Amino acid sequence: MSVATISSDHVRRRRLTDRAMTWMCLAALLVAIAPLASVLGYVTLRGASSVTWDFFTHLPAPVGEPGGGMVNAIAGTLLVVALGSCIGIPIGILGGLYLSEVGGGRFGWWVRFTADVLNGIPSIVIGVFIYALIVVPTRHFSGFAGGVALGVMMIPLVIRTTEEMVRLVPASLREASYALGIPWWVTMLRITLRTATAGVLTGIMLAVARVLGETAPLLFTAFNNPYWSLRLDQPIATMTVQLYNYAIAPYDDWHRQAWAAALVLMTLTLVLNVAAKTAGRRRFANGR
Amino acid sequence: MPHDRAATPAAGGPPGGLSLAAAGLRSSRGADDTFRVVLGAFALLVIVLVFGIGFSLAMASGPSLQKFGLSFLWTSKWDPVHDTFGALPFIYGTLVTSALALLIGVPVSLGVAIYLAEMSARGSAVVLSFIIELLAAIPSVILGLWGIFVLIPWVRGSVEPALGRALGWTPLFSGPAYGIGMLAAGIILAIMVIPIISSVARDVMLAVPQDQREAMYALGATRWEMIRGAVLPYGRAGIIGAVILGLGRALGETMAVTMVIGNRPQIVASLFQPGYTIAAALANEFSEASSSLYLSALIEMALVLFVMSLLVNAAARRLVSRVTSSVIAP
Repeated sequence: MSVATISSDHVRRRRLTDRAMTWMCLAALLVAIAPLASVLGYVTLRGASSVTWDFFTHLPAPVGEPGGGMVNAIAGTLLVVALGSCIGIPIGILGGLYLSEVGGGRFGWWVRFTADVLNGIPSIVIGVFIYALIVVPTRHFSGFAGGVALGVMMIPLVIRTTEEMVRLVPASLREASYALGIPWWVTMLRITLRTATAGVLTGIMLAVARVLGETAPLLFTAFNNPYWSLRLDQPIATMTVQLYNYAIAPYDDWHRQAWAAALVLMTLTLVLNVAAKTAGRRRFANGR
Repeated sequence: MPHDRAATPAAGGPPGGLSLAAAGLRSSRGADDTFRVVLGAFALLVIVLVFGIGFSLAMASGPSLQKFGLSFLWTSKWDPVHDTFGALPFIYGTLVTSALALLIGVPVSLGVAIYLAEMSARGSAVVLSFIIELLAAIPSVILGLWGIFVLIPWVRGSVEPALGRALGWTPLFSGPAYGIGMLAAGIILAIMVIPIISSVARDVMLAVPQDQREAMYALGATRWEMIRGAVLPYGRAGIIGAVILGLGRALGETMAVTMVIGNRPQIVASLFQPGYTIAAALANEFSEASSSLYLSALIEMALVLFVMSLLVNAAARRLVSRVTSSVIAP
């Protein structure tokens, strides 16, 4: 009899532990989501009251003058990200195609390994590298240097997603193409890569979303510029650097501009992320 | 795992394996080879880039390396006016804030990962994972803005007074509550590493074979006992890898930290005090470095950060890929 009660106590204790741990894990989840909710809430509320038409059409106002906007920084961000994409996307896609279609062996291992390492290098270090590589020899900050820095950051992301996505293309498609006598390199470009387009685009969108929000690699490459300028050989304003400068300044007007910039940036990056991930997921669902 | 890929050539394979198609089209052979070399060159570019970064940082930090030698790493006087530079306060700040981030972030991340992998229903797990991953997508400068105007007042008004009352007798939590400082930086870094650690750890747990779980259940284990006895031990290497991956992110994170840490190069016990990290120093002082020695000292700190993140990432990838073979998102 006593054995039975001991064991039922024991079972009860084990059940209680089980339930307690389940609640602890749920609590952890809530703790993880709380800051996200807070950030989204504050940026939306404070940003929405600060985003005006002027924000998209006017140049920054001098200190003390209310109003003004960030049209130069918006244009600058688009330009620098476009330049980064022109560098990062082709290199990433062709490198990824190599890894998936050719890259066995030691060399392929090294490429994968260094791509992962490059992905983990802090963005500020990439900024210092581009500073030493481009800004020092040309003797001034430039939009070009900023674009190259962002391009370098995009390469590892695009390379690894392209590799994975191209790998998913069924072998039968390639074999059908070979059977028709189409050379390997044409098959790669017109059959394999084209079939994987949706997946590769997903990777590109994620990479663009990531560099769109980057500040650190632009601080001393693209620098900043209070005026309207689209010249790539000159310092250029970007939304992230502008946001940073406004956020740490002591003026309320500038803080409002910072929240507005945060809302615009956050909307862009989240839309790109959601689009990329839903597209990627749908592709996977079809593949299975 | 890369070795598997090396062993089994990709479907379709290079033209060497397809003598049928290639034999009839000898002329396309040359084009194929050219194309393969072009692709290989682009892949090679990645290796060149990583070595190039290390090389150019080492070259550019030459003056500082020559003048201070290795003592740069353990002297703490940072005085641009007299051209004396020691990186210790920055290294200290980087390590302390990263350690704080892991201390706060790892238990939460593991809880999240366990919940998503083992406890929630499939449908809600997909949605919740998606939400957690969105947190990783928020630009760090926006988290910094939120840190200045939301987190700092909260830390100054509630967190630090409460910690001071409960643990004020330890040097770690003594002194006035500033808000900005090491503690705030640690909290914001924790927020940034949670999505990374939890999503990689979740992938690792999902890769644990089902029969491991069933074996535990067959022994009469409760769900928690199954997780402790089967999932966590099996995935241990990968989970440690996930944590190290988070550490890599925390070490190099720049903007959000710069905006909340207070940027003062000092080594003090109290976490309520302002500090400085390597990345924050680069962000703040790089474009105003007046002398070439100052600039090369900053670049040498970038080199230190580069080496740290290289080691940390290499270790993490190795551990994670032992368990899951999929691509690990940043």
